[in-house]
Amino acid sequence: MSQKVLLNATEVHIALHRLACQLIENHDNFQDTVLVGIQPRGVYLAERLKIMLEKDYKIKNIRLGYLDITFYRDDFRRGDKPLEANTTQIDFIVEDKKVVFIDDVLYTGRSIRSALTAIQSFGRPTEIELLTLIDRRFSRHLPIQPDYRGRQVDAINKEKVKVCWKEQDGEDAVYLISN
Amino acid sequence: MSELSVNHLLGIKYINEDDINLIFETADHFKEVINRPIKKVPSLRDITIANLFFENSTRTRLSFELAEKRLSADVINFSAASSSLTKGETLIDTVNNILSMKVDMVVMRHPNPGAGVFLSKHINASIVNAGDGAHEHPTQALLDCYSIRERLKSVAGKKVVIVGDILHSRVALSNIFALQKLGATVKVCGPKTLIPKYIEKLGVSYEGNLRKALEWCDVANMLRVQNERMEISYFPTTREYTQQYGVNKALLDSLGKEIVVMHPGPINRGVEITSDVADSKQAIILEQVQNGVAIRMAVLYLLASKIQHNEN
Repeated sequence: MSQKVLLNATEVHIALHRLACQLIENHDNFQDTVLVGIQPRGVYLAERLKIMLEKDYKIKNIRLGYLDITFYRDDFRRGDKPLEANTTQIDFIVEDKKVVFIDDVLYTGRSIRSALTAIQSFGRPTEIELLTLIDRRFSRHLPIQPDYRGRQVDAINKEKVKVCWKEQDGEDAVYLISN
Repeated sequence: MSELSVNHLLGIKYINEDDINLIFETADHFKEVINRPIKKVPSLRDITIANLFFENSTRTRLSFELAEKRLSADVINFSAASSSLTKGETLIDTVNNILSMKVDMVVMRHPNPGAGVFLSKHINASIVNAGDGAHEHPTQALLDCYSIRERLKSVAGKKVVIVGDILHSRVALSNIFALQKLGATVKVCGPKTLIPKYIEKLGVSYEGNLRKALEWCDVANMLRVQNERMEISYFPTTREYTQQYGVNKALLDSLGKEIVVMHPGPINRGVEITSDVADSKQAIILEQVQNGVAIRMAVLYLLASKIQHNEN
C-alpha cells in the first residue's frame, strides 16, 4: 500500500479560504442560507468553514446542521457491512432557504443523491448547492456536480482519497491511497 | 458497526446485551426521525411485511404498522377473526400461503407460547414476535427498558419492581430477561396466586407487600390483571386486589422519594393504578407508547439489514 500527499496542511488551509470566499460571493451575509454537513466526514469540513466565516470574515449567525443519510441510501442490504447511522441535527427550518451541502469527497454522487432525498424531510429549500473539498473526476454514477470544489483529482477506482482533519486525525491533509 | 446476533426476534431470551444496546442506539436515531416534519425514511422500500395477529391487539399492532410505514415497507395485515384458520388451516399452511406472495418479514402475535420459535424453524422469513401467549413480548420489554434508560439515564444498577399478574404476563417474562441482561435488579410483587411457582429460579425475588416493594424500587412497572386469561379465580374480588396491589397518589406521595411508574397498557383505571397516578408526572406511560414506534423501527431495520439482497 502506498500513499501520496495530494494536499498538505497549508494547501488545505488555502483551499478552505478560497471556498469560504466563494460562498460569500454567492451568499453575501448568509441571511437566507444554511450550511448542512453530510455525516459522517462532511461535518469536519462544515465546522471549519463555519468557524472561518465567523472569525476571519466576520459573518454572524451562520446556521449549520448535520444530515445523516444512512436511512436514505440505495445500497441498504447490498454491502458487506451493515450501515451505521449517525446523528442528524438540523435545528432550523430549510423551507425557503438556500441549502449548501458540504462533504469532504465527491465520488459516485450516490451520497449526495441520498442527501437530496433526506433534506426534503425538513422542508422545501429554494435551492441546493454542493461544496466538496475533493472532486474525484470521471467516477460519477449520477449526474451530480459540485458548485464549489477545493481540488479536482483524477483517481482510478481502486485508489482511495482520504481527507484528514486535525481534530479527528491529528493533521490537516489529503492523501491518495493505492494498494 | 456490529449487527444483531439473530435473524429473528423471538424473545429477549435469545438475544444478548450487545443486541439490546444496538437496538437502543438505532432507536435513538429513529426517535429523531419521527419527530421531524416528515416522519418517514425510505430504508425498507423493497421489503414487504405481514402483520399476523392471531390474537387481539390495538396498541402493539398500530405501533408495528406505524413503524413499518415510517420505514416505507409495504404492509399487509391479517387478523385471526377474518381468517381461514376458522376453516381449519394449520399455522404453517397459513403462513406459507402468505409468504408465497413474496413477503420478507412476519410480525406475529399468537395465543400459543412458542408459536414464533416453531414458525422460525419451518419458514424462510424474518420473524418478529409480537407476543406469544404467556411466553414473551420482546418489543414491549425493549421499549420499557428504553424508556427507563431515557428517564433515568441508564438501566444498569436500577431496581425495578413488576407488580400484578406475573403468571399470565408475557410482558413480565420479557421484562425480567431484558432488565437482568442490562444489569438491573428485579423484584416481583402481587398476590401469591399470580406469581409463578419457580420465579426465584430466574433470579427474581418476591415481595408480597406493595408498600415495601415500592419503597425498595426506582421503577414500578404495573401490569394489567389479565381477566381474559384467568379460567379460575386467583383473588377474591377486584376491589380486594386494588386495596392490596393498586397504586394511588397517596401511597406514592408517602414513599418519601419519586419513583417512575410504568404501565404497558391497556390500563384498567382504578384497578392497578388510579387515574391521578396514570396522569401524573411520575408516570411515563405515554412516553412508552411513543418509544414503542422507535424501538420497533429499530428492530425491523436491523433485522431487514440481515436479509440477503436478491439481485433478481
